Amino acid sequence: MRRLNWLGSAAASAVLAVAALGVFGGGEAAAQNKQLTLCWAAWDPANALVELGKDFTKQSGIEMKYEFVPWTSYADRFLNELNSHGKLCDLIIGDSQWIGGAAENKWYVKLNDFFDKEKISMDDFVPATVVGYSQWPKNTPNYWALPAMADAVGWTYRKDWFSRPEIQSAFKAKYGRDLAPPKTYDELKQIGEFFQGREIDGKKVYGAYIFTERGSEGITMGVTNVLYNYGFSYENPKKAYQMQGFVNSPDAAKGLEFYKELYKCCTAPGMTNAYMQEGLDAFKSGQVAMQMNWFAFFPGLYKDPNVGGDKIGFFVNPAGPNGHFTQLGGQGISVVATSDHKDDALTYIKWFAQPAVQQKWWQIGGYSALKAVVDAPDFPKSAAFAPQFLESMGIVKDFWAEPSYAQLLLDTQKRVHDYVVADKGTAQQALDLLVKDWTKVFKEQGKEVASQ
Amino acid sequence: MIPRVSEPAKSRAAWRVRGLSDRTIAWLFIAPTITLLLAINIFPLVWMIRLSFTNLNLSMSYLPLRFVGLDNFIDILTDEEVWIRLQTTAQFVICSVALQVVIGFGLALLINRQFRGHSFWTTIILLPMMLSPAVVGNFWTLLLQPQIGPFNSLISLFTGVPPSSFSMTGQVALAPWTIVLVDTWMWAPYVMLICLAGLRSIPDYIYEAAEVDRASPWRQFWSITLPMAVPFLMLAVLFRAIENFKMFDMVNLLTSGGPGSTTELVSITLKRAAFEKWRTGYSSALAIILFVTVFGAANIYVKALNKVKQR
Repeated sequence: MRRLNWLGSAAASAVLAVAALGVFGGGEAAAQNKQLTLCWAAWDPANALVELGKDFTKQSGIEMKYEFVPWTSYADRFLNELNSHGKLCDLIIGDSQWIGGAAENKWYVKLNDFFDKEKISMDDFVPATVVGYSQWPKNTPNYWALPAMADAVGWTYRKDWFSRPEIQSAFKAKYGRDLAPPKTYDELKQIGEFFQGREIDGKKVYGAYIFTERGSEGITMGVTNVLYNYGFSYENPKKAYQMQGFVNSPDAAKGLEFYKELYKCCTAPGMTNAYMQEGLDAFKSGQVAMQMNWFAFFPGLYKDPNVGGDKIGFFVNPAGPNGHFTQLGGQGISVVATSDHKDDALTYIKWFAQPAVQQKWWQIGGYSALKAVVDAPDFPKSAAFAPQFLESMGIVKDFWAEPSYAQLLLDTQKRVHDYVVADKGTAQQALDLLVKDWTKVFKEQGKEVASQ
Repeated sequence: MIPRVSEPAKSRAAWRVRGLSDRTIAWLFIAPTITLLLAINIFPLVWMIRLSFTNLNLSMSYLPLRFVGLDNFIDILTDEEVWIRLQTTAQFVICSVALQVVIGFGLALLINRQFRGHSFWTTIILLPMMLSPAVVGNFWTLLLQPQIGPFNSLISLFTGVPPSSFSMTGQVALAPWTIVLVDTWMWAPYVMLICLAGLRSIPDYIYEAAEVDRASPWRQFWSITLPMAVPFLMLAVLFRAIENFKMFDMVNLLTSGGPGSTTELVSITLKRAAFEKWRTGYSSALAIILFVTVFGAANIYVKALNKVKQR
């Protein structure tokens, strides 16, 4: 009995002690229990972000949890989450094309007041990233995200192959010029044809790797790099949603034809449904001379023991006959409107926007969009691909970011894949059908679409 | 001493003793199942029927929800693209089910004989159908890879065609046959299992009587085995046809519906409309059309099956 009494007293003391901690140390304990979930795609920069996030936890006491989803299901997974007003993500690094839908559907918290209060200026960020990742409607001062991961399509090439004397002389003998990273798409095709089927170090290699994936966004993100440079526009710059003659102009059709020629002449067999990972595999295994891919992967490729370092070179998306652009990638970071931890999420964004954090972000494998980082005098020398990245960010164009972007994207995937990979119809027919598809989508969205 | 109990208290106690009626107890037992069915199957179905008459698009949920009558159904039934997808699906179902029935029945005939290692080979044959379609899709993607995949090398060995000169999943002429091939590889064992049950149910005395009558093995097959296995074959056709009509995972992994839209089955179209384009109203209507099609066809088929059984 005495023992029981003693136990009872001890238990009561423990309860009191816990209660006292709750009263006096509650703030600290609560901070220690705070947690934020950040949602993004599963890829190299996400690993860098996990590393970076450790500093945030150290400073704020807020634990970071991550939900990374492979690119092929990234849009499905997170748009479903946002659509269903789920609470999985407090912060989301959402694709640039989502911004219209996210703003209109109020999935994201509007950040204008927060930016004003914390003195975060969008003028401090690369303009293309602000328009691409943050603003909706475009080119208006309505901000829904902080530019988080600047990205664009660029190219890698086998510098070691390009520099071999026997390969250089063979190229010069055939084309009458030095073998060098291409500046135009015609040059790129020549180089692709030159390497296609060539034997290097006893192994058959291929000319180029380009995006052809059918299911999500792959072939669209590839073909637009050529289309823009041949004269394709999404709409009449003077009349919104007037696509006839811009999407399906004869020049745009030539661009599409060129992409198909490139696919037929210079890619490895079986690359009929290939996107980022297949490109990385093809390049890392020494299969291709040139690879189209996102800059986000270039730090990893540069570090690759087999094809990185001195063996790899980088070049900007080549120019076409009617311009010089490249496809914008990348994402902004937003606070999810249904999150129960909006204040903590905003604390994260405030922390992430700091120049020192952005500098570290770039150093460990992320791509900062902060001017203080990318416009610094030593930036071009900070990485082998930094000059090309900087140049690319100055010439980017993006796909539609309308709320109906998914329909517009899937229609493009279908029409382009049908023509390029499945040999169905002509380029002109594919683009004419695309105009028809897009017109239907915009009309459903309640937009006025002028045909002429 | 036993306490005295008053009359009303007695009847209350009797009610408690008698408890609930059998009918009530039965309802109590099935109530959780019915509630679950209503919540998981019936309610979503009714909700989907409701949505099919609206313009709901989840990526634009800020737009006012409008009742559009039969517009979605008319849109679907007048869309040439949907009819092409239905044709592709029908071709896939017919080819793969036909092949599975032929191969499955053939395997059942072989396995039905007693031989050494019988159990071992039965297990080996059944392995593919035990795998998940996602696993099958992924490893066949590797097997069919033109440069490193063994399938092309094998074809090259027999035909002399260079292995990397063709792509089973990437060429318009080959991709439809590839999905039929992989589906047959996976599901012919299932048909075999059903047929085997059928073959084992044929009484031995019928064969013994046929042998007394000096019927040849060929004659026995045509007059006994096949007619008696037909109901089982029809059952296998029904199961496989319904499954293949809604085939999604394996084809999505193998070809994503490509090249172009060559192998885009109607289930892939439905998934894209519902969960990628977010056209909820439209996709609900498409789902209803598909449901009615499968339900109607299955009903007709079951009636035919019953007639065969009666014979």
